[in-house]
Amino acid sequence: MVDAPKAPRSFQEIILRLQNYWAAQGCAVLQPYDMEVGAGTFHPATTLRSLGSKPWAAAYVQPSRRPTDGRYGENPNRLQHYYQYQVIIKPSPSNLQDLYLGSLQAIGIDMGLHDIRFVEDDWESPTLGAWGLGWEVWCDGMEVSQFTYFQQVGGHDCRPVSGELTYGLERLAMYVLGVDHVMDMPFNDPAAPIPLTYGDIFRQTEEEYSRHNFDGADTAQLLRHFEDAEAECQRLLGFAPLDPKTGKTIIMAHPAYDQTIKASHLFNLLDARGVISVTERQAYIGRVRALAKKCADAFRQTEAGQDAPAEANA
Amino acid sequence: MADLLIELFSEEIPARMQAKAREDLKSLITNGLVEAGLTYASAGAFSTPRRLVLSVEGLTAESKPVREERKGPRTDAPAAALEGFLRSTGLSKDQLEVRDDKKAQVYFAVIEKPGRAAATIIAEVLEATIRNFPWPKSMRWGNGSLRWVRPLQSILCLLSDEAGAHVVPLSVDGIAAGNTTEGHRFLGAGRFSVQGFDDYVVKLKRASVVLDSAEREAAIWQGAQNLAFAAGMEVVPDNGLLAEVAGLVEWPVPLMGRIGEAFLGLPPEVLQTSMKEHQKFFSVKNPKTGRIEGFVTVANTETADHGETILKGNQKVLSARLSDAKFFWENDLRVAKAGMEEWLDGLKSVTFHNKLGSQADRIARIAALAREIAPLVGADADLAEQAAKLAKADLRSAMVGEFPELQGLMGMYYAREAGLPEAVALAARDHYSPLGPTDTVPTEPVSVAVALADKIDTLTGFWWHNEKPTGSKDPFALRRAALGAMRLIIDNSVRCSLLEIILEGYEPLDLKLRWEIESEERTADKEAAERLGVPESVFQEWRSKLAADKRLKSGPSDFEKRLFSMDFSNVPHPGSNLLAFFHDRLKVFLKDQGIRHDIIDACLAMPGNDDLTLLVKRAEALAAFLKTEDGTNLLQGFKRANNILSQAEAKDGVEYSYGADPKFAETDAERALFTALDAAEAAIQPAMKAEDFAAAMAAMAQLRAPTDAFFNAVQVNAENPIIRRNRLNLLHRIRAICSGVADLTKVDG
Repeated sequence: MVDAPKAPRSFQEIILRLQNYWAAQGCAVLQPYDMEVGAGTFHPATTLRSLGSKPWAAAYVQPSRRPTDGRYGENPNRLQHYYQYQVIIKPSPSNLQDLYLGSLQAIGIDMGLHDIRFVEDDWESPTLGAWGLGWEVWCDGMEVSQFTYFQQVGGHDCRPVSGELTYGLERLAMYVLGVDHVMDMPFNDPAAPIPLTYGDIFRQTEEEYSRHNFDGADTAQLLRHFEDAEAECQRLLGFAPLDPKTGKTIIMAHPAYDQTIKASHLFNLLDARGVISVTERQAYIGRVRALAKKCADAFRQTEAGQDAPAEANA
Repeated sequence: MADLLIELFSEEIPARMQAKAREDLKSLITNGLVEAGLTYASAGAFSTPRRLVLSVEGLTAESKPVREERKGPRTDAPAAALEGFLRSTGLSKDQLEVRDDKKAQVYFAVIEKPGRAAATIIAEVLEATIRNFPWPKSMRWGNGSLRWVRPLQSILCLLSDEAGAHVVPLSVDGIAAGNTTEGHRFLGAGRFSVQGFDDYVVKLKRASVVLDSAEREAAIWQGAQNLAFAAGMEVVPDNGLLAEVAGLVEWPVPLMGRIGEAFLGLPPEVLQTSMKEHQKFFSVKNPKTGRIEGFVTVANTETADHGETILKGNQKVLSARLSDAKFFWENDLRVAKAGMEEWLDGLKSVTFHNKLGSQADRIARIAALAREIAPLVGADADLAEQAAKLAKADLRSAMVGEFPELQGLMGMYYAREAGLPEAVALAARDHYSPLGPTDTVPTEPVSVAVALADKIDTLTGFWWHNEKPTGSKDPFALRRAALGAMRLIIDNSVRCSLLEIILEGYEPLDLKLRWEIESEERTADKEAAERLGVPESVFQEWRSKLAADKRLKSGPSDFEKRLFSMDFSNVPHPGSNLLAFFHDRLKVFLKDQGIRHDIIDACLAMPGNDDLTLLVKRAEALAAFLKTEDGTNLLQGFKRANNILSQAEAKDGVEYSYGADPKFAETDAERALFTALDAAEAAIQPAMKAEDFAAAMAAMAQLRAPTDAFFNAVQVNAENPIIRRNRLNLLHRIRAICSGVADLTKVDG
């Protein structure tokens, strides 16, 4: 074990350290997906790339939206828009727990002072038709990450298994930086010429989106958009694989999956507006899951999602 | 003799699975070893969050050789017979022996299975155990196909005897067994090798791992108590939590902290639940104030600052959690003090079951039923109705939304804060009880009324929609509801006709029936008939009767009640059907209390069998009676009398029922029986009237000696027809007296 590095001083420094750490572990450091998602898992770099047998290693920050969690920027640790840090490695390496602990050290958590625990927590995403086993990781009793070995995604068995790490960045950073209210957290270096807090950047947007999510969004239109996204996803997957223009096999798995992401987010917004009853809820989730499964089926037909040919002496 | 040490080292095993995994490991391995012909002296299994361990002592070094002889075909048998024999034995022809057998020569196969070395057997058994381990949930990882609860990292498998310790050669999915392990994740210092179990335990402790969960539990409990004691406080015992926490740590270090002053006003259960569920903290009580004022958290590591950072972090998380709880509590109090209308309104939009409407619909049914039940259990009807209406209001409270396990209890606090009568508050807390066979049964009359109504409504509702339990499937916990209702009735000695209460429960559902019956749509007949479980023709008959019933328009009629209590012989209808379900559950319940099945059947066959308190009293008395010598002998006498009588009745085509006259008695034994029967009748009648079954049966026991004497002295089927009839009529008196107490024909023996 190396000596713990100097404590980070800002939110962005924690992100940068994670980026550097996982880059050093050989992950492709990707950028956020350019769509509204509920969690980093929705990024196709996780959902789709966890399918098939081709090795994969990626890390990225993903802005995530949970419309029902909006609190107008007043709650010390609840936000409708927040950041997740996501790491996905396939096949899961045998030292993934050690790699993960290394990342905590990289952001200044000293294992000699803190109590890190792996506490049973099985992960399931009903909208993605996905589940896995793993833990929530506790640091001094606080949940700082989710650690999952994917078993199934989009209804497909994961072979090999991907290891997924999800860090709730705000909560983790608040703990490391010793901040009690998320809006007070330094976003950049507090000694910078123009020091900015998390609140400087997000308090206003949390207010605006909270109002939008709970009262502003046009529910009739959201419902239409949901139906449109659902139809479009199915339409895209209905195309014959052979593209007449190029003469190549081109299955539009990713564009169709974009529509699944859209449908999922629209459902979340409708949920926040309180127009989905308890019984309807399951039906909506089932519809999104059906799309996710079809996209997974389609992706498995593409080059990136296929199984690599078995090695001769395997 | 050898000793075996196995350690399956993995990533963190869920705490709740460890106890069963220890037992499974022990039984699977030891059974496998014994089946393969080894014996052992003792075995012990252990677990920590990262390892499952088995130590077997006094293991034999190899299995016993086995010699088996098998007789084959005669030497002159067709070739095919010999081929078949060779195939089944796996031998070649020149390995067979030829022996003389009676007149012919016969092939014999002598199969010698030599003893096998323990190591070979262990390797096979361990691999099979790992591959087939019954984890409640298991997973794959990396490129492998092996399943384990979490990734399996290493296998230690060591067989040691006087000559030393040897690794048992074995490899499962690329994990080769060795003689090394590692200690604590943070406090240990890399892998180390071990020589045997004792060495293993010592070296683990040096590497900051306490192997035995019982030892960890003891250390946690002792440490927690010491911390609390030093501060003049006491730890609230919680064995479930203790076992769980012991499964989360390899090196337990208890730390104590204080709950912030701002949160001390919360109900103690809220503090306890929040700390236990979210943080796995023990609650610490101040005996001077009676309040929960502190907590003990158990860290898995020792730090340079003696846990100060860890404690601070935990305290911070707790404050955030309790801030939420306090926010919920204060918001909830506002709604409660305003009469809980907001919650009751909200329950209208919460679906209970799509066929049974909303929670508000359900509450309305329960409230109406609680009113009807109230007088039967000595409760005030208005109070029972009020209590039923409010008992489930807390389901909409923010606190119960966060901690569903606090349902009812929060209802009690909120009812008290709202200034409602104490009986209403207690009913909110207790109306879910009893939840199991050992759970406490409420005794407060209003609570009993609401609890009973709650359970009966669940049963009638799901019964009505034909959602009955089948086999192991009971998604709406109807068996539990029936057991709960039974215990409420029996433990409180409630005297009532259960069938009548069931019919009351059906009342609001009848509205739906009436709609169906009155419906112009003839097509509805079939569906409605199916729902009731009667043929369509029967249903149409009811319909025409109901159509002629003028009272229909003015609320639930007696006719409808009769409709459901009518006995359609073998046609199932919801009322009797549900009563039969109760009787089945009662049999299971009483069997657990040591009352035999046939004894219960004997009592169920008596009238008034929907009065469960009476039924149980009768069954208990009969069970006690049949345990006495007089009881078993009288039962024989009764059976003999009944058999002779039944045969005679079948033969003669008449029923011998009355007219036994002492003047036709020929022997003293006969006359003595007449006298005894008169005396027994005189004693039994008032006892039965007073429902004193024990006294009735004691009187019945007096019949044993005269009955035995009668059978010894007298031939019932006498030549003289008058005397024969008289004796048969006399036997009838025995049968009648005994049958008035229970249907003894149903009793075995």
